[in-house]
Amino acid sequence: MTSVPLPLTMIVSHDPPGAIRNIATIAHRELRDAVSSRWFILYTLAFAVLGLAVSLVSASVTGSTGISGFGRTSAGLVNIVLLVVPLMALTAGAASIASDRERGMLSYVFAQPVSRLEVLLGKYVGLGASLLACLCLGLGACALILVWKGVATRPASIVWLAGLSFALALGMLSLGMLISTLARKASVAVGTAIFVWLTLVFVSDLALMTGAVALRLRIEELLAFSLINPLQVFKMWSLHAADASLDVLGPAGLYASEEYGQRLHLIFGSLLLTWVVFPLAAAAAVLSRRSPL
Amino acid sequence: MIHIKNVGMRFGRTVAVDDVSLDLESGDSLALWGVNGAGKTTLIRCLLGLLRFQGRIEVAGHDVRRHGKRARLQIGYVPQEIGFYDDLGVAEAVRFFARLKGLNGADAGEALSTVGLTGHERKRIRELSGGMKQRLALAIALLGDPSVLVLDEVTASLDAVGRGEFLALLVRLSGMGRTMLFASHRTEEVASLAKRIAVLEQGRLVRVVPCAEFVAQMAHKAVLHLTIASPVRRQAAETLKTEGFRPQFNGAGLLVPVTPEHKARPFRVLADARIAVDDFELVSLEHAAAHTTPIPSEEAYP
Repeated sequence: MTSVPLPLTMIVSHDPPGAIRNIATIAHRELRDAVSSRWFILYTLAFAVLGLAVSLVSASVTGSTGISGFGRTSAGLVNIVLLVVPLMALTAGAASIASDRERGMLSYVFAQPVSRLEVLLGKYVGLGASLLACLCLGLGACALILVWKGVATRPASIVWLAGLSFALALGMLSLGMLISTLARKASVAVGTAIFVWLTLVFVSDLALMTGAVALRLRIEELLAFSLINPLQVFKMWSLHAADASLDVLGPAGLYASEEYGQRLHLIFGSLLLTWVVFPLAAAAAVLSRRSPL
Repeated sequence: MIHIKNVGMRFGRTVAVDDVSLDLESGDSLALWGVNGAGKTTLIRCLLGLLRFQGRIEVAGHDVRRHGKRARLQIGYVPQEIGFYDDLGVAEAVRFFARLKGLNGADAGEALSTVGLTGHERKRIRELSGGMKQRLALAIALLGDPSVLVLDEVTASLDAVGRGEFLALLVRLSGMGRTMLFASHRTEEVASLAKRIAVLEQGRLVRVVPCAEFVAQMAHKAVLHLTIASPVRRQAAETLKTEGFRPQFNGAGLLVPVTPEHKARPFRVLADARIAVDDFELVSLEHAAAHTTPIPSEEAYP
């Protein structure tokens, strides 16, 4: 204890930091925290390894057969994204607010000159950036393998896939953060996120198939119900963007292609944007009203 | 500097803070005194905008609800126990909170030297002791020289040595023109740091007294810990209340504040009511304040 503070001005004269600065400060902290966590490393490795495996297998099967070879790889990558990215984003979002609340950090941060919305957005941006880094690493490695193996690839296709995967990740991150603001404990939040992931990945398809048979859904109803699930939106949009026929998705895909054509980009984009904006807005509303304790 | 007007706050049906009004001028130092559950921490959390409340709180002219960021910019806050990010470095934590306070290029080393943490800059927070973490929280609270320092039972989780050192540090920092509001149930803290004491009971402000007067009152009080069987404990409390005592529940018995000349009177009152006292001891006020659960009742004690 060698020194004492300087004499004080009685009122702190500078302005509180602006929203952008606070969001950037928290995002930077969150990004550093995320990329050094073992879960992030594990997910990134899993994503990269599965992606590389798909790339190598399809490259060896098709050889240098051009675009069709890449199309096969692309379909494999879409399925890996569908499995890994939502799980990663949902759990990362679910742990973010709830774990800070549990250890008392949330109330301490809220006691600083920062608004609750800034904290939420800062965490969102930071986690979003970490997910983007994971996707770039995974898909970038796959692209390098494909080029090395001589499979003709269109850079635009890889960029499209990365962009759509990122949009899906942001939607799932929003949903995860909403879960996090509602849960008191991190374990409950993460458990709920895994349940939601299981529902979106497995249960919704089964429910849709069962419902279609049992309720004799019309084709447009089947399409509408399937588009409630953001993972289905991502899958359809990825195939549509790769100029693949949506016929492979069955009658609903065929109907979507014939009925909406190029307007599907707008429809899919709006739906994924809805999944990004609405859960995040709901999370902001919950966080602003709820005690951080 | 701080204006608290008709502040009320409930947790469900429980009234945590009941119509409290307080004013602190610049340079004032006010201790919130009361047993556990009296409403000290809740009032502080309202001041920080962490809880929704009725009434109005202003810090340096800024409404806590409408201009929360501006109000909190004036406040340096140290909680009872802090759950920092454990993997964060000490200096890194200081820089993170400095940025949140809008301080460009804050010197972490200087902030840490103020609280005696020089040489610990590169340590991870998980490597710090409880006392060191509290010092770090104080270093962060002092960033930007805030005009108000708010402390919430900051020594409660420290051992005797850590408590003494931390108190000495706070005494050095007090009396420098900074307004201080703190919650405590330790007389030595109050006597060292406070100019005035606000006594809270069951969320209500009972009185505000100068520190010297409060300490003198405390010196003439003792607390009896009476061990009474649970079936008649509530009856004993009610009986003592009707005779002007202010009993509080405590584990297997009651804590009853008494003046030295009336130490035996509670025994007579209870004997007259045919209530047996199984055991008793005289305890310190700090012990009583730290180990008391208020008796739920509709009225404040006489």
